Amino acid sequence: MAPDRDYSIAAGQVNIAVHEWGAETADPMFLVHGGFDFARTYDVFAPLLARAGWRVVSWDQRGHGDSDHTELYSWDGDMRDAMAVMDSVTSRPAPVIGHSKGGALMIQLADAQPYRFSHLINMDGIPYRRRIPDVSDHERTRMMAGDVQRWLDDRRKVSQASRKPGTLDDLARRRGRMNPRLSHEWLCHLVTVGARHDADGWRWKIDPAMRFGGFGPWRPEWTITRLPGLPMPFFGILGSELEEMGWGTLPRHVAKYLPDGGRCEVLDNVGHFVHIEQPHLVSSMILDFLGGAS
Amino acid sequence: MLLHGKVSLALHYLREGEGRPLLLLHGLGEHAPATEPAWCNEWPGPVTALDFTGHGHSTVPRGGGYSAEMLLADADTALAALGEVTVVGRGLGAYIALQLAGARAGSVRGAVLADGPGLAGGAVTPTSSSFLSLEPRSTPPDPYALFELSRDLRPPDYATLFVRMAMEHSGLDEPITVAAIVRPQWLAAVADEVGVAQASVREALATYQSL
Repeated sequence: MAPDRDYSIAAGQVNIAVHEWGAETADPMFLVHGGFDFARTYDVFAPLLARAGWRVVSWDQRGHGDSDHTELYSWDGDMRDAMAVMDSVTSRPAPVIGHSKGGALMIQLADAQPYRFSHLINMDGIPYRRRIPDVSDHERTRMMAGDVQRWLDDRRKVSQASRKPGTLDDLARRRGRMNPRLSHEWLCHLVTVGARHDADGWRWKIDPAMRFGGFGPWRPEWTITRLPGLPMPFFGILGSELEEMGWGTLPRHVAKYLPDGGRCEVLDNVGHFVHIEQPHLVSSMILDFLGGAS
Repeated sequence: MLLHGKVSLALHYLREGEGRPLLLLHGLGEHAPATEPAWCNEWPGPVTALDFTGHGHSTVPRGGGYSAEMLLADADTALAALGEVTVVGRGLGAYIALQLAGARAGSVRGAVLADGPGLAGGAVTPTSSSFLSLEPRSTPPDPYALFELSRDLRPPDYATLFVRMAMEHSGLDEPITVAAIVRPQWLAAVADEVGVAQASVREALATYQSL
């Protein structure tokens, strides 16, 4: 279902596209999408939450969906854009639901600025560790050198980068390689809201300067260590089926880091996109956690 | 001007010369020097200097988003234009010079790491740092560059990976020289690695020009 309201806000000099479902006067909750996604991936899930009486607010992260393409992209930049959206909606604590990278971002924001959060719900977005086997120092150096050189080679060409055009079906099939568990019908819907139709075909709106991979000093396990100190009620939902876009985090990895009263549940036979595969189940679990209607 | 993504980078030619270019990388909040520093007067090749993103005559991006790795890609854009270089970095530029020496070991014939603004960077593990939105300035440097690049995490074992990459792929006995007097944790770890010399900038350049 399309959002009830679409608009943009200025996060400093960056225009961020915001999408809302539900009554404007209802209590707000925030939905934060993952990397290479966009807010309209919540087109089925968000209305289920809105129907329970919430004003559901999501936004396209910079470079994604209808938000500005910027010169630089970073974790800190995404965090500031999130703060700008939240400040534009409410000054009171609100529930925040994050998926994948959006979940990891919100764990860090909840640690840094807990006053923004009444509840934190994480949908398969708890980085645990890189899924690479133990390797020798020599091999690690070789792998790192390869990663860095490929990334730099890509940066040398990024000025000329553009998204490859195709038919609606082409784009849905390409996306299906990253989201093998999602239906073709759903992926076709994503194309109609996440891509634009140019003269030579459909193109994803996401900035072609963005790419998977990369490197840096950040380590996945650094996020999970922020969990134990979180003061707001916490609920984690993991999918049991490991996927390329997921972290492969298991409940046993999370258990010892849960904050007081925190919960983490795993959904059997569900992949990384728990809210897309099981929107009714996941929304009802979250509404139960929140205590029903706002 | 060079193009790196949506950013125009200013690469300054400070002096002509014959042979391998010297590439100077400035510190945090600085910009390329207007004239060649005295310590490189003896360098036979051209002397060049880059303005990083958000500094000097290079583009100031909207909304920040800086990382040392993106500045490495700035330096790599200069490398693509110059071919084989020897690089001297001050402060933040020293950290980037180290990364460039590891990442492009076949094209960097010696990297000299010198004192300067932004040498220490941020912590070596995650912190409780919060997030702030800043007002843009009418002139560079970009406040977001100052803020974000002064707190980027620099784990010593991440920094030393670049030394090992340089050692494995440069073919040089000592591809990196630490000239800095001050040694934050990442740089102390680098200085302890095999293949890292310790000398003044002038001495290091005398060695590297003969390669």
